[in-house]
Amino acid sequence: MSTTETTESRSRGKAPAGERVADWADGRLGIYSLAKANMRKIFPDHWSFMLGEVCLYSFIIIILTGVYLTLFFHPSMNEVEYHGSYVPLQGQLMSEAFSSTLHISFDVRGGLLIRQIHHWAALIFLAGMFVHMMRVFFTGAFRKPREINWLFGFLLFVLGMFTGFTGYSLPDDLLSGTGVRFTEGAILSMPIVGTYISFFLFGGEFPGVDFVARFYSIHILLLPGIMLGLVVGHLILVFYHKHTQFAGPGKNNKNVVGMPLLPVYMAKAGGFFFLVFGVIAVIAAVAQINPIWAMGPYRPDQVSTGAQPDWYMGFAEGLVRYMPGWEVNFWGHTLVLGVFIPLVLFGLVLGAIAVYPFIESWVTGDKREHHILDRPRNAPTRTAFGVAWVTVYMIGLVGGGNDLWATHFHLSINAVTWFVRIGFFVGPVLAFIITKRICLGLQRRDKDKVLHGRESGIIKRLPHGEFIEVHEPLSQDALHTLTAHEQYKPLEIGPTVDENGVERKVKGSEKLRAKLSKSYFGEDGQIPKPSVEEYKEITSGHGHH
Amino acid sequence: MSSQDIPEENLPAEQDAHVAVADEKNPFADPGLPPHEHRIQDIDERAARRSERTVALLFTVSMLATVGFIASYVAIPHDKSVFVFPIGHLNALNFALGLTLGTALFCIGAGAVHWARTLMSDVEVADERHPIAAEPEVKAKVMADFKQGAKESALGRRKLIRNTMFGALALFPLSGVVLLRDLGPLPGTKLRHTLWSKGKLLVNMNTDEPLRPSDVAVGSLTFAKPEGLEEHDHDFQNEIAKAALMIVRLQPDDIKDKRELEWSHEGIVAYSKICTHVGCPISLYEQQTHHVLCPCHQSTFDLSDGARVIFGPAGHALPQLRIGVNDEGYLEALGDFEEPVGPAFWERG
Amino acid sequence: MKKLSARRRHPLAAVVVLLLALACTGGLYAVFAPADKAQAEETAQSLTIEEGKKLYTVGCASCHGTDGQGTSDGPSLVGVGAAAVDFQVSTGRMPAATSQGAQVPAKKNIYSQAEIDQLAAFIASLGAGPSVPTEEQYGPEGADIAKGGELFRNNCAQCHNFTGKGGALTKGKYAPSLENVDPKHIYEAMQTGPQNMPSFPDTTLSEQNKKDIIAYLHAVNSDETVNPGGLELGGLGPVSEGLFAWIFGLGALIAVAVWVAARTAKAKKS
Repeated sequence: MSTTETTESRSRGKAPAGERVADWADGRLGIYSLAKANMRKIFPDHWSFMLGEVCLYSFIIIILTGVYLTLFFHPSMNEVEYHGSYVPLQGQLMSEAFSSTLHISFDVRGGLLIRQIHHWAALIFLAGMFVHMMRVFFTGAFRKPREINWLFGFLLFVLGMFTGFTGYSLPDDLLSGTGVRFTEGAILSMPIVGTYISFFLFGGEFPGVDFVARFYSIHILLLPGIMLGLVVGHLILVFYHKHTQFAGPGKNNKNVVGMPLLPVYMAKAGGFFFLVFGVIAVIAAVAQINPIWAMGPYRPDQVSTGAQPDWYMGFAEGLVRYMPGWEVNFWGHTLVLGVFIPLVLFGLVLGAIAVYPFIESWVTGDKREHHILDRPRNAPTRTAFGVAWVTVYMIGLVGGGNDLWATHFHLSINAVTWFVRIGFFVGPVLAFIITKRICLGLQRRDKDKVLHGRESGIIKRLPHGEFIEVHEPLSQDALHTLTAHEQYKPLEIGPTVDENGVERKVKGSEKLRAKLSKSYFGEDGQIPKPSVEEYKEITSGHGHH
Repeated sequence: MSSQDIPEENLPAEQDAHVAVADEKNPFADPGLPPHEHRIQDIDERAARRSERTVALLFTVSMLATVGFIASYVAIPHDKSVFVFPIGHLNALNFALGLTLGTALFCIGAGAVHWARTLMSDVEVADERHPIAAEPEVKAKVMADFKQGAKESALGRRKLIRNTMFGALALFPLSGVVLLRDLGPLPGTKLRHTLWSKGKLLVNMNTDEPLRPSDVAVGSLTFAKPEGLEEHDHDFQNEIAKAALMIVRLQPDDIKDKRELEWSHEGIVAYSKICTHVGCPISLYEQQTHHVLCPCHQSTFDLSDGARVIFGPAGHALPQLRIGVNDEGYLEALGDFEEPVGPAFWERG
Repeated sequence: MKKLSARRRHPLAAVVVLLLALACTGGLYAVFAPADKAQAEETAQSLTIEEGKKLYTVGCASCHGTDGQGTSDGPSLVGVGAAAVDFQVSTGRMPAATSQGAQVPAKKNIYSQAEIDQLAAFIASLGAGPSVPTEEQYGPEGADIAKGGELFRNNCAQCHNFTGKGGALTKGKYAPSLENVDPKHIYEAMQTGPQNMPSFPDTTLSEQNKKDIIAYLHAVNSDETVNPGGLELGGLGPVSEGLFAWIFGLGALIAVAVWVAARTAKAKKS
């Protein structure tokens, strides 16, 4: 039976309904060509490749629950007297934003659940993005051709932080209001334009009556709109580039090994959405988040101890807390360095991780595509830089919670602050050195394993009385996996005097590049992986011990 | 050597794509994809049917949970609280809705994943990758097309058109910027003034009564607002954000700063409650050390020494309000703060 | 008079006289007896003070001086009042193990209420100060919880947190948690300002204000407090919420991801 016959026999009878709908859509959207390329697209299996999905799904959950919340929330700072069902606030003056949030929490059935899902999902979204970003960083998945997608992801993380901040400021409660006040102070610290930006943002003096409505449109429209666009772009690029994979038998730079989108990944990824949503819903059922009723309405003259932002702003909070109070007055102006420097540092530290891929590709000069992931140990300098960066970030988080460290570990808050002040400088350096050494140690161990086999735990006594541990040779799969990584040679500047004795000009950037290259790939930067000759020499009889 | 070219020998050898078998020449060669091994479900139909039943059970539990969700929504009053060990007293409706919703969703996901893991094919397949950069012919065609298009537009030749177009495009966004002008008023000197002025009584925040010196004991802490400012006033928030006052009484002998003593009344000193760092209402007063700590960023000020900064990120002392007593024996302000209260800013000077 | 004398011999005359006499005696007793009682009480009071002084000499004098005048190890107790003694001793803060350290912590109280009253009486006799509040002052009747909340946020939350979970002060000092603290002790603390806490005397924070604050605290920070959303996570705000989101939220999701991505067990090769 030939194909033409099949088509004819079908068209004479009636094609199944689904097929007819698909035909209709194909005639207008060209879906068959799309499906041809993507329906059986291969995705590799690894748990860490699902971190991005955690982010995507929590983002979708946030949008769904957020839309529900807009149905009940009033983004207004009009003063009202509260007469809802929460007794300890009866008769209190508060903004409509605060009272409608109380209404959602106490008088809308299921409103509290949706609020809690929204907020928990937001914390998990940001945490997921952080871990996802670190996974990509430490495995070198940001290398060509994925640099742009790395930037998309980075932008999503930064925008997510500000979407979160504008979101938790909306209820106009005492805690978030304190955070908004901090923002105002930070804006005021900006030289020249600070006061103007502050007056334009708040519609006059702080707090004014405008910021909730303005934050609202930023939170529900502007930032999520941009983020949605970036998410779509991010996903298109993931599809287009095809996923990276770890080295292993049968896996190389020119293929991708895994299971097809239809049916396995459709079920796994689709199912994972429900799993993520389910887990977050259960968390929202058992754990309370942001109980604004306990905090009370915002008043600029009231405050509570333990005034912290949500975790993703904790790094910035820490920078502000451990900065010394520098202030310079000159010619009738004030340079508020105590606030402005942390503001700048915040951008610089985040920016450092964002531009790293471009620095690394400049140092290596590598213009090839990379689809095989590095094990972190096989890129010691990159891994050490990443751990140093995470250390700076974590020290910021510790600093942002210095009062809780003090109370919960019976320390002096001043001592904690001094610890993080010093840690900010010393921590990353130590982390860099230690991480690099650990990586090199692990590389040596891999090399040992390849050359001498795996320690079997079996002790053998030789005829002359010596005890030895029997080493089992590795399987072919393991041998390949452990030696599959690439190693660069350090860059040499070459002779500075050419054959005619004329001095060649070497640019400063070239010298820097050679220096970096040496620290990356020189003797202290990596352990040369075992060569075939070494292996043969050791395995050819006399090498066992 | 430009930054563009790196000698080829510095780069590792290109990984070869062909599947090699380990041999004498290269023991580290890629042995290729390992052969597929069967799962129990692939060879034992009973195991497969067990998996099928598990998946169906999970989907059924999900359906039941959704029914439970709707039932909870209808049956449980929204203000009912229950004690759940070990969580404590919580809202019954929130707990029931969350658990049923979570179960319904989780079971759908778990069912789908179990189905994929045990019953769908788990044969690994390799897909080929193709370089992303276009072939040279394609690139040549695109460049030629572009050149032709550019030529036909005459953009390069007719400079006048080009320049005026760039000018127009560069200017029009300014309209958008101008439109933002009415977002707020200009700062003017608003940050320099508060409601305090000569003769304004210090009104106790708690009792709404004007304060007398005898009300304020040594070691006590009191907050005050200017007379006439009421919570219902439409500008209460803006005004209290600058005018909030912290009042403590020290033994006059303990006051180290000369001006502070001058501006006090019988040891009663009035300081701005707004931190000079970023504006938190600072008020963690330690009556024995006379230190006051900001709960937001831990700036610490010494109230017995002109409220100078002794720790933390604040850049200057808390502003002091000069106070005295009027004819009727009430505490009054002797003027506004002499410097702006709250966070520092560029024009502060 | 004639009438009176005529009835002198009336059979009921004796009864009337007797009643009058009784009334007089009763009246006289009523006039004089309180004086006697007061005298007796004074004696009892001085005995109490005496007992208090003995307890003071044993437990307190080494730091606060023999007559409560204070030493380098402890402040003067003249004029601190009975309320301060009741607070410090009932919460176990006094007598302190050492005058070193950032702050004297609360611990198990080793005195009986009677002994504390004796100590309080002795200290009160050194100089006038706030007396121990009565149940009527700190009890829940007539309290406005919402007003108490506003007052709490204005006067207390800056050190003790929104719902009284406590917080850090400078150099290792801290504002303790107010969870399940006896209302009487909260009242006394506001009156007397123990250690580095400032006092909130009735002149600036009225009796009614204090009552409201105590009622609010009971509503938001006691065993009966309802946390509608579930686990309170210490009531510490975003820090504990962030930790929870990382450990239990992201942790659970990663565990799920590991399950989703893991290879299914292979049939054993026979």
